[in-house]
Amino acid sequence: MVERLRAWCVPLFLLGALELYARTVAAGSDAIAPPSAALLAWFGAARDGSLWQATAFTLGSAALGLLIASALGIVGGLLLGLSPRADVSSALSIELLRPIPSVALIPLAMLVFGFGLRMETAVIAFAAFWPMLILARAAVRQLEPRLLEVSCMLGLSAWQRGWKIVLPAIVPRLFVALRLGVAIALVVAVTVEIAANPHGMGYAMMIAQQGLDPALMLAWLGWIGAVGYAINGLALRLQQRVARAMGEAP
Amino acid sequence: MRRIPLADAAASLALLAVLLAVWWAASHGGWISRVFLPTPEATLASLHEGLTTGELAAFSAATIWRMVLGWGLASLAGVALGVAIGLSAAVRAYVQPMLEFVRPLPASALLPLAIAIFGLSPTMVLAVVAFGAMWPVLLGTIHGLVAVAPRLQELARCLDLSRAAYVWKIGLPNALPDILAGMRVALTVALIVSVVGEMIASQSGLGQAILLAARAYRASELFAGIVLLGLIGLASNALLALAERHWLKWQQP
Repeated sequence: MVERLRAWCVPLFLLGALELYARTVAAGSDAIAPPSAALLAWFGAARDGSLWQATAFTLGSAALGLLIASALGIVGGLLLGLSPRADVSSALSIELLRPIPSVALIPLAMLVFGFGLRMETAVIAFAAFWPMLILARAAVRQLEPRLLEVSCMLGLSAWQRGWKIVLPAIVPRLFVALRLGVAIALVVAVTVEIAANPHGMGYAMMIAQQGLDPALMLAWLGWIGAVGYAINGLALRLQQRVARAMGEAP
Repeated sequence: MRRIPLADAAASLALLAVLLAVWWAASHGGWISRVFLPTPEATLASLHEGLTTGELAAFSAATIWRMVLGWGLASLAGVALGVAIGLSAAVRAYVQPMLEFVRPLPASALLPLAIAIFGLSPTMVLAVVAFGAMWPVLLGTIHGLVAVAPRLQELARCLDLSRAAYVWKIGLPNALPDILAGMRVALTVALIVSVVGEMIASQSGLGQAILLAARAYRASELFAGIVLLGLIGLASNALLALAERHWLKWQQP
């Protein structure tokens, strides 16, 4: 209880100070608005539906991009983890492609797909693919060797070995990778919207700034933070639950 | 250092050559429109021309400078704040929940706010780069300081070390692996935020260059910019990995 109260002390103080500052010194400013006005602007956006529409777009494209990234990353990671030959021969190409900053692909995605869902999803998928690939590979590498020996003894085919032995064994680790992927996908989604794509929460925030509406801009900033916090919390909860269900110490 | 067998290196190079060949065939065979995918030769020519006669070298230097400066500021601020927060359990109880809330916030989401407050200036972009890149260092420093072994803390009390001496002789050396890991993430963040900042605040640099190239449908220049950004990412990461190995030599058995 006391912990909870303490956690709220500093944020409330900062918000109060901002409120006071924005109402006295910076009254009528185009850059700063009091938090109470931001809250009102948030209610306005929630009532006219623009809030939910933009949130749905951002979360939807993040989810779609993450889905593509995890499907490709897990398949690739299984391949690299199980076949040492594939692993050594792809090492150089991966090391060269991975450091490309995901935002560098925004103009390219714009050129190929135009604005909209597909270009945002493509950039998100690129950004989230590498950690999924690397972590899936690491998960296979840390597999108990006995399991692979058993699958050899049973005479399983490569496909059966992947599906029946390897995949179930690495599920808890894959969810750790997924949690990281969720964080990356959300950050990249908002970044793409701020930099180029005229949809979603990031763009709504840019427009509020360009329309000199600091209250609405702060409302979006707070909302983006709250949504990110909630989604990351859910991802952590999911990962812990899976780990427990699969019999790992949390 | 691990030696790479010759056959493995050859296989690695072979796959890279295959990928390049696929790129060459895709652009020459017209599988993918040249509007999107320039030929490798055209990209190389754009790269060469941009670096020798054009502005690409100046743009790269501007982006690298922004990234390194922002990252340096972020590292200094992150370690300083991290020490202040990490040393005292009381401060942590008040501040850490807020840090956990701010951490998942995309650094680029602060750009509109920074534009509103500071306007479209290089300082504004630098401030956002530094602020965004500070979080991994800050959280790493706090984590490293909190994780100092209790025995060492007791020892420091027995020796009657001053606070500054404790930080310098025990706290920071113990936190160094965490700080360096945070600084590595921070460098990636710094590059990303620099590029985004250049894109939306029209500051000269590679971010602006590739955006303009894409708007003008000059795909080979766009690819040249992407290649350069990839090289910057690769080189900065490699340098930092080298530094990490040097500074953490004592840690390895």
